[in-house]
Amino acid sequence: MEKGYLYYPGCTLKTKASDYEDSAMKVMEKLGEPLVEMDDWYCCGAVQSLSEDDIMNQIAPIRTMCCAQEQGEDTVVTLCDMCYNVLRQANDRMKDKEDDLETMNDFLTEDPDYKGNVEVYHLFHILENMKDEIEDAVEHTLDDLVVAPYYGCMLLRPDNVAVDETEDPEIMEDLLELLGLKVLENPKRTECCGSYHTVNRSDIVEKRVEDIVSHAVNEGAEAIVLSCPLCQFNLDFNQRATEFDVPVFYITELMALAFGLDIEMKNHKIDPRSLLKEKGVLE
Amino acid sequence: MTPDKDEDNKEEMVEIFVMGKRYEVPKGLTIMTALEYAGYKFTRGCGCRGGFCGACSTVYRTEDEYKLKMDLACQTAVEDGMFLVQLPFMPAVREAYDIEEVDPEEHDNVLLDYYPEVARCVSCNTCTKACPQDIEVMDYVQAALRGDIERTAELSFDCIQCGLCSIRCPADIKHYHMAQMARRIHAKYNQPESDELAKRVEEIEKGEYDEEMEKLVNMEKEKLKKRYDERDIKEEG
Repeated sequence: MEKGYLYYPGCTLKTKASDYEDSAMKVMEKLGEPLVEMDDWYCCGAVQSLSEDDIMNQIAPIRTMCCAQEQGEDTVVTLCDMCYNVLRQANDRMKDKEDDLETMNDFLTEDPDYKGNVEVYHLFHILENMKDEIEDAVEHTLDDLVVAPYYGCMLLRPDNVAVDETEDPEIMEDLLELLGLKVLENPKRTECCGSYHTVNRSDIVEKRVEDIVSHAVNEGAEAIVLSCPLCQFNLDFNQRATEFDVPVFYITELMALAFGLDIEMKNHKIDPRSLLKEKGVLE
Repeated sequence: MTPDKDEDNKEEMVEIFVMGKRYEVPKGLTIMTALEYAGYKFTRGCGCRGGFCGACSTVYRTEDEYKLKMDLACQTAVEDGMFLVQLPFMPAVREAYDIEEVDPEEHDNVLLDYYPEVARCVSCNTCTKACPQDIEVMDYVQAALRGDIERTAELSFDCIQCGLCSIRCPADIKHYHMAQMARRIHAKYNQPESDELAKRVEEIEKGEYDEEMEKLVNMEKEKLKKRYDERDIKEEG
């Protein structure tokens, strides 16, 4: 690809997390490295199967790797933390375990063999190498806004796929500071949001959200920033069970606003517009 | 029926095995007519005989191949060394819904709400390989998973509801029923209403066709057949 990156969306980016896709596409366009959606892609599987003898659940992510290979690309970029985690772990497994790759290719007889030459990256991997471009693209810094960065689990665990130090990550803080934001030290930033318990044990998620948001607020946070659609949903939606009302942004939304770009922000349960107006970010 | 022993015809015969039992049948028959030639009479698993209704889905294998193959019995010619069986019925669950209450705007993903097992897809593509209509079944399941009703409807348009995809699926997805729901939702909520249809329904309700219908219902069978064969099919446009 001459310019930009081959982009794997994942299902959530097309539905609940469309704000993330919208803002990330606009940001990367502005930075001169547009995200180009893959011709074909499949659901990543959402949860990485940990059992050693389970090849079946590796097929979905590897099929997507094959799609990239057949498009003549060796790099795939994802936005969703869960997709990143699943694709990366499955892909690494195929690279590490020759037998698994062979079994996989024996099963995929009607498709071209996967050769194991594609690399999976998260958007953070790309952005951390574009700090100069980001600084140049900022049209108005978001000086008045105090934010708490939140990583959750999928960006950092297990450590062989982590985008930064598992226990003490800085990648998000560094990027947010480029936008002029006041970035808080958030001790809860690598704790779990409750994840899929949101489906049938929302009480667990509500406890997690209470804990995470209350800490951020006590430190003075006016908003929480993250990159995982499931964390976003849990922290945003489940705040209704707490006393709090703190907007939860995707990092690319704040980046787009600092770049002076129009973004949709249509899936937020806690509407961030009044805060943004108060801070002079929106008119 | 005993296999034809006539020497002149012998080269035109092929050997098939129906539920393990050997028969010789004339080359060029479809699986369906070959089974009938062998003496079987269909009470289920047989419908239009024209490749449209999907009732005659069948599983078979050939002698030199480890894979099971899937097709419609009325559309597939017998080959030498085929092992055959006819499936009488597909017991896949079909969810009930009121078309007025499945507005996609009012659900996060209406297809997942009714067919949550769609989320179990592991992209093995077994469904696509099973499809006698060469539909990209896995691709429409994936489209459904990401809430793309239009793509689900379009990719599945040629589906004849035979159910072979679902009988092969390791995730127990009911592809064909789910896709039918997608097409109905797409037609109801996304596509413009047809003026012609509304007009025709009005004509029917007014009774404009009652007399003609009555005539057809009471027509002798032979006359009806002749009339059907001579019918004038107008081109669309």
